[in-house]
Amino acid sequence: MNSLDVVGPQLAVLVAAGLVLLLDSLVPQQRRLLPVVALLGLIVSALWTTSWVGRGDYQFLFDGTLALDKYSVFFYYVFAGITATVVLASIDWVNREGRGQGEYYALVLTVCSGLMFLAASRDLITIFLALELSSIPQYILAGWGKDSKSSEAGLKYLLLGAIASSLLLYGMALIYGITGTTLLPEIAAAIKADGETYRGLLIVATILLIAGFGFKMAVVPFQMWVPDVYQGAPTPVAAFLSVGSKAAAFAVVIRIFFEGLDADFLSDDWSMIFAVLAAASMTLGNVMAIVQTDIKRMLGYSSVAQAGNFMIGLAAISVAGNEFTLGASAILLFVAAYAFTNLGAFVGVIAISQRIGSDQIKDYAGMWKRSPVLALAVAFCLISLTGIPPTVGFWAKLYIFNAGIRADLVWLVLIGVLNSVVAGYYYLSVARQMFMGDAEEDKKFRASPSITMALGAATIGVIVFGIIPMPLMSAAQDAAEIFAR
Amino acid sequence: MSVGIEHFLTVGALLFCLGLAIALSKRNAIGVLMGVELMLNAVNLTLITFSRFAVSERPITGQAFAVFIITVAAAEAAVALALAVSVYRNRETVDVDQLNLLRS
Repeated sequence: MNSLDVVGPQLAVLVAAGLVLLLDSLVPQQRRLLPVVALLGLIVSALWTTSWVGRGDYQFLFDGTLALDKYSVFFYYVFAGITATVVLASIDWVNREGRGQGEYYALVLTVCSGLMFLAASRDLITIFLALELSSIPQYILAGWGKDSKSSEAGLKYLLLGAIASSLLLYGMALIYGITGTTLLPEIAAAIKADGETYRGLLIVATILLIAGFGFKMAVVPFQMWVPDVYQGAPTPVAAFLSVGSKAAAFAVVIRIFFEGLDADFLSDDWSMIFAVLAAASMTLGNVMAIVQTDIKRMLGYSSVAQAGNFMIGLAAISVAGNEFTLGASAILLFVAAYAFTNLGAFVGVIAISQRIGSDQIKDYAGMWKRSPVLALAVAFCLISLTGIPPTVGFWAKLYIFNAGIRADLVWLVLIGVLNSVVAGYYYLSVARQMFMGDAEEDKKFRASPSITMALGAATIGVIVFGIIPMPLMSAAQDAAEIFAR
Repeated sequence: MSVGIEHFLTVGALLFCLGLAIALSKRNAIGVLMGVELMLNAVNLTLITFSRFAVSERPITGQAFAVFIITVAAAEAAVALALAVSVYRNRETVDVDQLNLLRS
């Protein structure tokens, strides 16, 4: 019974998924209640998490395969928030689409529970199961739309995702063979004891793991699916993919590499790999984003570049052996900041494309005159993505660059700063279009209430935490403390 | 000559590479999926080998892992075939080279 209490946050979400399905088939005339039930489930989950924070009784369960600690609690909040925003942003689209409403919300909630399990798991089998629990519904969601673009996006996402998880599994099998266990702390102990004899094999396994998770994080060279899937998938789903699965992949990678593969002879190697991938992702993502004309493809490439920024934190952790937690807390802060910012940008895109029926950047011209509040909110999110104060994105970038410098990765931080300038060019050119450009028609419009709520929550987060970042920073530092040596 | 751990592992590695080559070179979506299945089975073989030969406190872990992989692979294949059918209805092809609607 106690175990059920510990996985309560995930269970609440899964029960809500079941209820949504039941309600959809038993009371079909009350379909508009479905998102309400989904949101209630997420609220219960967040409250349950809060009760664990209050009890402060952190523990491991199921033979140590799942952890309820400050780190997983941080991500429970992040994922509940992300999913709630996505549900709010989906309502209009789902109503218009008409079919399978219950299934849509149930799948979104299932993804959320998978992401939560992923942040909590510390065993290779559990990690694999949680990853697939979050991935398989995402494949379905990406192919949810009626048009052929959507099903094409779903199939592409699934095929590449299946190849990536096979690579990941082979890496896990090698680690199991070398250490004889799948539990991360036991892996760490076994590697520190006599792992040095298998160094070559361990590096191969590490590369396979990075390849598998790199796909989910959308870093170069595993980024080719990103623009296609973001463009083809329904926009709320693309928003979900861009923040949810990226955040979860970083959550689990931090756990695997800091808890399982943190042996000194190994960590120098993987931190170098992460540094190179970070530089490549930032550069390629930003350069490709400049030439895009479709805003969803642009946001896709920009999310590749942002994944590079995240990775500076991964590279920084291991090099700075004495400040082990700085890189981790930088990533956590970046995850939270990115969740607010990118969701805000995507919800803005949903609101605008609903009204003007286009995703082309040139059609955004003169948005300031047609819907001032919407244009202002999207502009703030774009400013935050660039990393200009007073937005939360500025603090996240500052913090992660600071972690890089403390870890002697000055060259990487320089590349990062140069890339921020490039990123500023294309983010702000969208903002310039909206404020300076001339609209072809000047019919005013407003976003629907649910979208206004989602966009408002995201933008207020961006601005409030941009002015007073301390609560978010101390939460990230608290959560990263579990990795202190 | 007796059959030892190295033989099993070599077969596993070869199968994995073959599967990866198939998955990356096939143009038919179903063919890619078959390559992926081959990779997953190579992983299963490797896991079972390790749990049979390696010194471990709980040798059952590798076998349990393999059972989970088989189950998840079945779920993934079901979704993959459903998506392939949906693409085929729209486009009358599942050739991945022809799936090129998504361009800037």
